[in-house]
Amino acid sequence: MVSLHTRRVCRGTTCRAPTQYRRLFYISEILGQIMAAVKSAAPVIAVRDVNKIFNAGSEEQVIALQNINLDIYAGEFVSLIGPSGCGKSTLLRLIADLLQPSDGDLKVNDKTPHQARLSREYGMVFQAATLYDWRTVTQNVQLPLEIMGYPHHIRKHRAQEMLELVELGNFGKHYPWQLSGGMQQRVAIARALAFEPSLLLMDEPFGALDEFTRERMNMELLRIWDRTGITVVFVTHSIPEAVFLSNRVVVMSPRPGRITKMIDIDLPYPRAFETRQQPRFFELITDVREHLREAHGF
Amino acid sequence: MTEVTLTPIVETKPWSRRLREQIRYYVPTILIAVSVLVIWELAVRLFNIQQFLLPRPTAILDELLGELRQGSQSILVEATFATLYSAIGGFLVGCGAGVLVALITARWTVISEAMMPFAIAANSVPIIAFAPITNNWFGLTNPASKMAIVAVIVFFPTMINTVRGLTLVEPRQLELMESYAASPWKVLRSLRIPNALPYIFSALRVASALSTIGAVVAEFFGGIFFYVVVLLVERWVMPWHVSFREPS
Repeated sequence: MVSLHTRRVCRGTTCRAPTQYRRLFYISEILGQIMAAVKSAAPVIAVRDVNKIFNAGSEEQVIALQNINLDIYAGEFVSLIGPSGCGKSTLLRLIADLLQPSDGDLKVNDKTPHQARLSREYGMVFQAATLYDWRTVTQNVQLPLEIMGYPHHIRKHRAQEMLELVELGNFGKHYPWQLSGGMQQRVAIARALAFEPSLLLMDEPFGALDEFTRERMNMELLRIWDRTGITVVFVTHSIPEAVFLSNRVVVMSPRPGRITKMIDIDLPYPRAFETRQQPRFFELITDVREHLREAHGF
Repeated sequence: MTEVTLTPIVETKPWSRRLREQIRYYVPTILIAVSVLVIWELAVRLFNIQQFLLPRPTAILDELLGELRQGSQSILVEATFATLYSAIGGFLVGCGAGVLVALITARWTVISEAMMPFAIAANSVPIIAFAPITNNWFGLTNPASKMAIVAVIVFFPTMINTVRGLTLVEPRQLELMESYAASPWKVLRSLRIPNALPYIFSALRVASALSTIGAVVAEFFGGIFFYVVVLLVERWVMPWHVSFREPS
């Protein structure tokens, strides 16, 4: 289970795992493929009739999410978009088991979100990089592996591999404050991927970055997604970002938070800087914007 | 696909440049300290101030060197060591207990509720009133009586600050740990304790000054020495902290 995605991660780069582990990788790889074939029909994330009400019963009662139904399949890149207060972050937190739904049913890899969290099925990236100041970059990336009890040499090897994936191979010994905002966020992504989760949950990860850095990070993220085959759920309030990254955009609207539209993004992958100049890109942006406006009634 | 290259933002500096920067960083501090002493000396000489009102720095230095030359026979040296002994002893006991109690209260909140009244009581004991009691407990000449007073004085600030550091953790950082399903012990060890270190050390700095006062005779040099030791340990334990980042 643990090394399910190892081959994918190693593809393109040189896999430097010691030989005794390599055989283990292959066996679990075959098992993983069988499991993947069985699973592929079922959605990775299944949200059924979910409601989330904060402060239920009191005067400050807020219906954060109403009647949410959503299926996300393996290998998809799905963006949740909407204005603040539409519950997109709340939905992500429900999937991550950092919040509990008021009612309805959630499944992550056919488990309850709680079980999925305990078996470390997802990696999470927040808007702030949330790196620990007292740890070097490589120690930060090793943190989840440490929690999961991996031996030191595997942790070190994995962390270096992940840092190379986000093109920060030479920055392992630096402290977080010595890196720029974009680089810190790369470290956070490396950390989220370090234990090879099948699912990556991202809560406005590039929201604090400037436009140029953000576009560059978008490219990076697509490259990582392509190389690892991971399923991504991405919360954003940037329309171009959602369209550029996703194969599906989920439009949400506030008060009460609900899904108003799902838009398939039919731009071909791999997407590049030129994608942003294609007429179809603009059409889709307009499409998403129309639906966001419609929900607001103006 | 377009490959993005990055230029490292932190260049490694040669040691000579680093040394020069360090010197430039400390020069103002040294200059100010020296000029204060010079002004003091000049003021005493110019205004003809009496020795018993304000002695000259050079006179103080003379006296000190004279005492030091006597070595272990010197009353000043002997008294300094006696004070430092009780101050450090009390400091270790009091701060140790403060940190320990804070760790326990952060782990089990129920205990914190129960411990708080005792901590506050310990803090509100007037030292003047407490001193005769500890003297009765341990004997007048026993250094343990002084240590007990020091321990009581330093306990409270250490504990309160440590509890603060352990509990004032950014919610996101806790959520991150939660997302990894980390055990409470791991959260304590890898998040709460490192997060508390700056708080603990600011408490220890205060405690180091308090402890010499608590040891009744507040020797200036002993106090400074102790403070500097705490400062150096702090630097060694948390090289990553904001306050120690290189001037740039």
